[in-house]
Amino acid sequence: MNGLMEIIRKELADSFNSKRFVILFVLVYMAGIATIYIAAQNIRAAVGDSTRDIFLNLFIVSGSNMPFSFPLFMSIFIPIIGIALGFDAVNSERTSGNLSRLLAQPIYRDDLINGKFLAGLAMIAILIMSVVLIVAGLGLRLIGVPPEAEEILRLFMFVIVSILYGAFWMSLAVLFSVLFKKTATSALASIAVWIFLFLFMGIIANLIAGAVYPVGQDSTVAQVADYDSLYRMINRISPGTLYAEGIQAILVPIMGNSSPTMMMIGMYSGLMPAPLPLSQSLTLVWPQLVGLVALTAICFAGAYIKFMREEIRST
Amino acid sequence: MSDNLVIETRDLTKAYGKFTAVKGLNLRIAEGEVFGLLGPNGAGKTTTMLMLMGFCEPTSGSVLINGYNPAREPVRVKSVVGYMPERIGFYDDMTARENLEYTGRLNGLGGSLLKDRIAELIETVGLKDRADQLVGRYSHGMKQRLGIADVMIKQPKIAIFDEPTSGIDPEGTDQVLNLVRAMARQKVTVIISSHQLHQLQKVCTGVGIFSKGQMIASGPVDKLGRDALRKGNYNIILPIAQLADRVRSEISKIPGVFSIDSIADSTIVSADEDISGELERVVFETTGLKVQMKVEEFELEEIYMKYFEGSSI
Repeated sequence: MNGLMEIIRKELADSFNSKRFVILFVLVYMAGIATIYIAAQNIRAAVGDSTRDIFLNLFIVSGSNMPFSFPLFMSIFIPIIGIALGFDAVNSERTSGNLSRLLAQPIYRDDLINGKFLAGLAMIAILIMSVVLIVAGLGLRLIGVPPEAEEILRLFMFVIVSILYGAFWMSLAVLFSVLFKKTATSALASIAVWIFLFLFMGIIANLIAGAVYPVGQDSTVAQVADYDSLYRMINRISPGTLYAEGIQAILVPIMGNSSPTMMMIGMYSGLMPAPLPLSQSLTLVWPQLVGLVALTAICFAGAYIKFMREEIRST
Repeated sequence: MSDNLVIETRDLTKAYGKFTAVKGLNLRIAEGEVFGLLGPNGAGKTTTMLMLMGFCEPTSGSVLINGYNPAREPVRVKSVVGYMPERIGFYDDMTARENLEYTGRLNGLGGSLLKDRIAELIETVGLKDRADQLVGRYSHGMKQRLGIADVMIKQPKIAIFDEPTSGIDPEGTDQVLNLVRAMARQKVTVIISSHQLHQLQKVCTGVGIFSKGQMIASGPVDKLGRDALRKGNYNIILPIAQLADRVRSEISKIPGVFSIDSIADSTIVSADEDISGELERVVFETTGLKVQMKVEEFELEEIYMKYFEGSSI
């Protein structure tokens, strides 16, 4: 227990003192403030006459001069944060010759990897919570409409899901830091996975779904629906999809769990179904939440098992 | 030698696929011993140390450190065992003092006790002037000395040093080995591997010679020397050039003596056991002289070479 606490303490101190983290903080804060500023300028047009969820709209509205809404931009930055926190967790200790020295102390071997993971999780939580608070505070000042209780709960859920998403990327990076001896390799591998999921998952899902359910001009609605559900099912392998669906269900009560295309149609056509209450949104987001936790657990378990069975050599 | 064994291995074996790094090792080290592990690179010394620390699991056989199995009860073992790996590293962006503080806290130490202990150790290893400098600016020799402070911070009962003298200058080697000797004086059991045979001999109470994963010989240096170089016999050197025949015949009557040779300015009496006491008495009775005699000593290097001569290592 003592060992775990000491390692968490050391890791947190290291993170706060590292240039790496200063860069991340600056990047995330700048982007957060920029998106909220643009959103505040465009919110009148986006909200129209509606009086519901005005505050929440700050987080989903984007502008023509800056097509990034806050959640979209978070979905890009959170993987970077997670990877930056985890990619050298274990192999840097090994290459610097600290690993055998640390493990020669009276601590359990898993204290080291658990401590690193928990400290990283704490850093992700601090970063995401602080940026959401700053953005919310700034938004409040810009538009002057206070959030309702439900909106605050929704924002809180958004923070939780975002932390889980960050935890997934960090545990993946930690896994690579155990598997690969060089920090450059583990960083590259993590980024490769991210780019693959980010850019190619949609294409692959499209190819597979298109092969199974060919859709053409004369397709029936049922065929298109089959295609769409398979397409989305395959896409859900990617934690990015889970995250996007999750935060959409939370932040856009009107949309619920509809597909991105449906969401676009809804957004621009003015077809506004009745908004879902928070409890219904949470029911919708549950599978995505479980999916993210499961993926995180799988990666971390892999890293844990490999690390526990490994031989600790200094050379 | 006391019978209080602190390190005991039984048929300890580690295999990597077809390659066997350590084969059937039976190591018994008593409390307070300084035991040197010798042998060419790749003979299994480091792997042995890793198994003692629980850093790699034996393929078969068992290890007991201070009565505990390092694989089963790592924390109990590591709270009394210090280990300095061959390529020791510290956090380069922290000072020497901060590095030692972290190690101390991992050992459950803290407060003024830890502060005082660190100050004392830093002085002992001669890093007082540089203690608040970043370790990144330390030389290799300084890091090795800091490593010894790092091992000593938990006040171990057993200390394991893997090549603490590799890659440092002769002065640094002396400093490191003096520190090891100082630990031995404080009744710490030490296991050390090194290629500096001459210096090692001055520190060790016993050595084990490793070759291709097996410990081919072990024991105190003088016994190893007799076994390897004199077929187990004792040579006692008398500083007398020519012995009178009468004396000679008296000496040859001592049980165990089988040859008396004169070389240069002394005489060597060979026997199959240590008869120096008897010899002294006989010489005194026959010549009336009280002579300084000594049992032949051996250079560790000589013994080492004897074991590895002719073998392609």
